[in-house]
Amino acid sequence: MAFRHDIIERNVILLAVLTLITVSIGGLVQIIPLFAVETTIERVQGVRPYSPLELAGRNIYIREGCYVCHSQQIRSFRDEAERYGHYSLAAESMYDHPFQWGSKRTGPDLARVGGKYSNEWHVAHLADPRGVVPESVMPPYSFLRERALRADDIAAHLRTNRTVGVPYTEDMIANALADLRAQADPEADTTGLLARYPKAVAGDLDGDPRHLTEMDALVAYLQMLGTLVKFSDYTLKDLQQ
Amino acid sequence: MPTKTEKDAVTGTMTTGHEWDGIKELNTPLPKWWIYVFYATIVWAAAYYVFYPSLPWVRGIAGWSQRGELAEKLAAERERVRPMLERIRAMPIADLQRSAELRDFAFAGGRAAFADNCAPCHGAGGAGAKGGFPALVDDEWIWGGDLAAIQRTITYGVRSGHAETRTSQMPRFGADALLTPAQISDVAEHVLSLSGRSTNAAAAGRGKATYADQCVACHGDTGRGNPEQGGPSLVDQVWLYGSDKASIERSVYLGRGGVMPAWTERLDEATIKMLTLYVHSLGGGR
Repeated sequence: MAFRHDIIERNVILLAVLTLITVSIGGLVQIIPLFAVETTIERVQGVRPYSPLELAGRNIYIREGCYVCHSQQIRSFRDEAERYGHYSLAAESMYDHPFQWGSKRTGPDLARVGGKYSNEWHVAHLADPRGVVPESVMPPYSFLRERALRADDIAAHLRTNRTVGVPYTEDMIANALADLRAQADPEADTTGLLARYPKAVAGDLDGDPRHLTEMDALVAYLQMLGTLVKFSDYTLKDLQQ
Repeated sequence: MPTKTEKDAVTGTMTTGHEWDGIKELNTPLPKWWIYVFYATIVWAAAYYVFYPSLPWVRGIAGWSQRGELAEKLAAERERVRPMLERIRAMPIADLQRSAELRDFAFAGGRAAFADNCAPCHGAGGAGAKGGFPALVDDEWIWGGDLAAIQRTITYGVRSGHAETRTSQMPRFGADALLTPAQISDVAEHVLSLSGRSTNAAAAGRGKATYADQCVACHGDTGRGNPEQGGPSLVDQVWLYGSDKASIERSVYLGRGGVMPAWTERLDEATIKMLTLYVHSLGGGR
């Protein structure tokens, strides 16, 4: 036998060194690409951190397990591009912690659902999916209309996101609660909100302007999904990683 | 500890030379063809790294990318249907109906676009849904049911925020205290009477004056509606928010006004034309 592995088996130092080398190769293969992660994020304009109300809505989206049935990742295949719109960019979820990609869909992909339907439709559909889409298998979430949105800790949510790299400014954190309330109030002055969070969908989101509910937050989140990047400004070359 | 290999007497197979307490291990290596396929996959992987994007900063000498391939496929498909779409774009929509070839193409394209974009609100067959999602299979049209009107509604939407959007605003008669609860009850009774369902002639009579003051501008003095203002007809059996008296009172109290997106921001002109023909064909196109 040309290769005498009994030499390795009987020399513990040699065994340890060779084991370390083998394990290191496995580790480096996984770790080194992370140093190049910036090469995978396309340089596009418009992606911004979530507004406080959108962030609250996103937390509800995660709490209710929407991701179990809905992905937020349009893959670069013709059938998906024809149905859902432009394929998703890494840049579009760079402020997602955690991201909401996925490949398992019971319901449709939601990466570009923002602006596709009216607020009223989202409320009616979330409250009673089969009321508007008879063939739907989605469970109803009518309780979101009744539940007051917990908002007192929203600044802490922004701050937590900042510690993992989301560029929330001091100004955004200081105005978090005010921005959250303004986005769901049709009477409010939204100048500051829209300056901080362009394209945020503000107004009477859940059909009940008097109460700030979890439905307001979820609709605000759904209505901005996939709307931030203006794709007509970019060519394939810009988006090639 | 390998000692020596030998032929096993029972099976006729060579041993590996390992022996534990008199137990020996037979040497039965993998088939040669399997080993060579395995080596071939290693060579394949190395070649793949050279030709295709697999390492950071390295695109691969084949110059391939998934996004590039998608762009080519979409461009090829666009090129395939371009002659038809060009003709659809160039031809006035009324003439499209008269060309059997283009009409069939447009119906197929319109049906696909409808299922994808319109069905969630208007229903897979265009039946609509209670709560402000209008049916498209009947001949009642809030904003007009001829081809041009449908095309405009699809293109710019209703209260969509687009500069050209169709818009009107029903006042919140109750919520903003423009009418008293008694007046709202009476005017609802009058609205019921417009479709022959009033059970309280006195109340309906009292409501008539309020109706004349507040409602005629959009809904018309006989309640037949006005597609210029987006005022729905009140004399038929088609109700967006419910037809019983309580629902009508609620509509008067809150004011109503659904939102439809401006599809020009998502769909191209030819697709909107195809959708228009399809929607027009669903039932009551005028």
